[in-house]
Amino acid sequence: MMVGSESHRTLQIYIPLAVFMVLLLFPFYWMTIVSLKPSSDLFDMNFNPFWVQRFTFENYTYLFENTEFWSWLWNTMIIAIVSTALSIFCSICIGYALARLKFPGSDFMGIGIFLVYLVPPTLLFIPMAQVIGALNLFNTHWSLILTYPTQLIPFASWLLMGYFLTIPKEIEESALMDGCSRIQILIRIVLPLSVPGILSATIFCFTLCWNEFLYALIFMSSGDMKTIPVGTVSDLIKADTLFWGSLMASALLGSVPVAFIYSFFVKYYVSGLTASAVKG
Amino acid sequence: MHPSLQSFSPQRMSSSSIRFDNFLDRESSLGVLLMLPGLSILAVFLAYPFALGIWLSLTDTRIGMPGEYIGLWNYIDLLEDDIFHQTAWNTMIYALVTVPFKAILGLGLALVLNNHIRFSNPIRAFVMLPWIVPTALSSLGWFMIFDPVFSPISWLLIQMGLIESNINFLGDQVIAVTAICWVNIWRGIPFFGISILAGLQAVPHELHEQAAIDGANQYHRFINVTFPHIKGIIMITSLLSIIWTFADFQLIYILTKGGPANQTHIFGTYAYQVGMSATEIGMGAAITLYMFPILAFFSILLLRYMRKSA
Repeated sequence: MMVGSESHRTLQIYIPLAVFMVLLLFPFYWMTIVSLKPSSDLFDMNFNPFWVQRFTFENYTYLFENTEFWSWLWNTMIIAIVSTALSIFCSICIGYALARLKFPGSDFMGIGIFLVYLVPPTLLFIPMAQVIGALNLFNTHWSLILTYPTQLIPFASWLLMGYFLTIPKEIEESALMDGCSRIQILIRIVLPLSVPGILSATIFCFTLCWNEFLYALIFMSSGDMKTIPVGTVSDLIKADTLFWGSLMASALLGSVPVAFIYSFFVKYYVSGLTASAVKG
Repeated sequence: MHPSLQSFSPQRMSSSSIRFDNFLDRESSLGVLLMLPGLSILAVFLAYPFALGIWLSLTDTRIGMPGEYIGLWNYIDLLEDDIFHQTAWNTMIYALVTVPFKAILGLGLALVLNNHIRFSNPIRAFVMLPWIVPTALSSLGWFMIFDPVFSPISWLLIQMGLIESNINFLGDQVIAVTAICWVNIWRGIPFFGISILAGLQAVPHELHEQAAIDGANQYHRFINVTFPHIKGIIMITSLLSIIWTFADFQLIYILTKGGPANQTHIFGTYAYQVGMSATEIGMGAAITLYMFPILAFFSILLLRYMRKSA
């Protein structure tokens, strides 16, 4: 009986799970083994391509020594951090105002912010390039630090507003009676109670910045100002020679930070991902 | 400091700070003040570019050349452009046909993950990877998997004796569109899966137990108990996915750049080619603005659906 139900479980759960894992993770496996092979082995069709015959780190050494990978990493990090910080500050303010305060336009502002969240970069990149040009910001960190928040603020505000609404009003009302100002309440009472919400908004913003491609491709054209996704795509794919190994090495290393952050904060990310669906 | 000033300043300080406190405690003024930083960024880098985009689309501006007002000619020219027709068609397939696949596979993933399984936390983190990592970088992995020379799929099929020579995945229109759609489905499965999983976990346990006591089998319990609970999430996730996929760029830019012979463009990549590479800014802006009514339609649908379910 036990054996029967065990094999039933294997059939219903572990086999489909294994199929999903292979399907979803195969590209990462492929990228890993290609990055660890010498280029000559790629061309040898007698080798089983699904396995590494001879290990080498030469692709990684090439990436570190012959490309501007470290600059790309630095650019991506500084832009993601500053842009996230700026967006979270603005979003805490907007989220609190929309959750708790009545002011002219406050009713329609909530919907407006949500609709802005759905405006994609592809709709705006052409005029945005003109704006960045007029402000003389091409090939500067500021071009991305200032434009990413247009993607981040709407969602983070929406998420934080939902979070602030779950804090009982009575706590704030009694603090108001005790003579606290609204700002003091926000800083001393609301923010400490909202740490999980702020964390999920932060993770969300950071990964979006890290992964953004279109604006970075257009605004950062000079080699040492590129972000990792753009640098990898544009500097490692050359028409005549393809540095497959280094290309895959760079793609993997560029993915590690978000995967790493995410694995630590799975819970917060998932709650952030579904917040709009569950709370909206 | 002058003694007389010193004796006066505390008085003045406190009166002005009281006035400031009053200002901050009035809800309307504090509300506006708190909205200000975010809204200024949105005004300069979202509202203004949007208006500028509409203006540019009505001109014949090129990079480095100020244009002149030409009315709706960019829009009219596009209606007669064969590549644009193909682009619009591709975008529809890309955004709509992929959704049922993402939803069904995502539902499957969610149902599997909703069981007590060993190592469930690391497994959840791993299956999210396609959604979480930069699309430009994971698309490079697929770019190599679809390579005409090194493709492991071709190698496997040749070893199995199913094909004679390598498949040129990205060199043929039909196969290329299929491949692009598959990579999009691959990226979307975890998003649907994790969202639906959150819905599954919100289904009250007692309902399942009651249904089991009443003799409902697994299939009926799913249709009558589980599905009504996750219908809303599937709907919202699908609409979000349509909007994002419709406005995608990087996946196709990496895999085909719209080729071969401009046959796999979607709005984003075609606008990039015309507006950036071919420097026709006005025409490029018109291509992007053709997206607007469709995006608006799905956004309003989403908004109405979310308000109804809330």
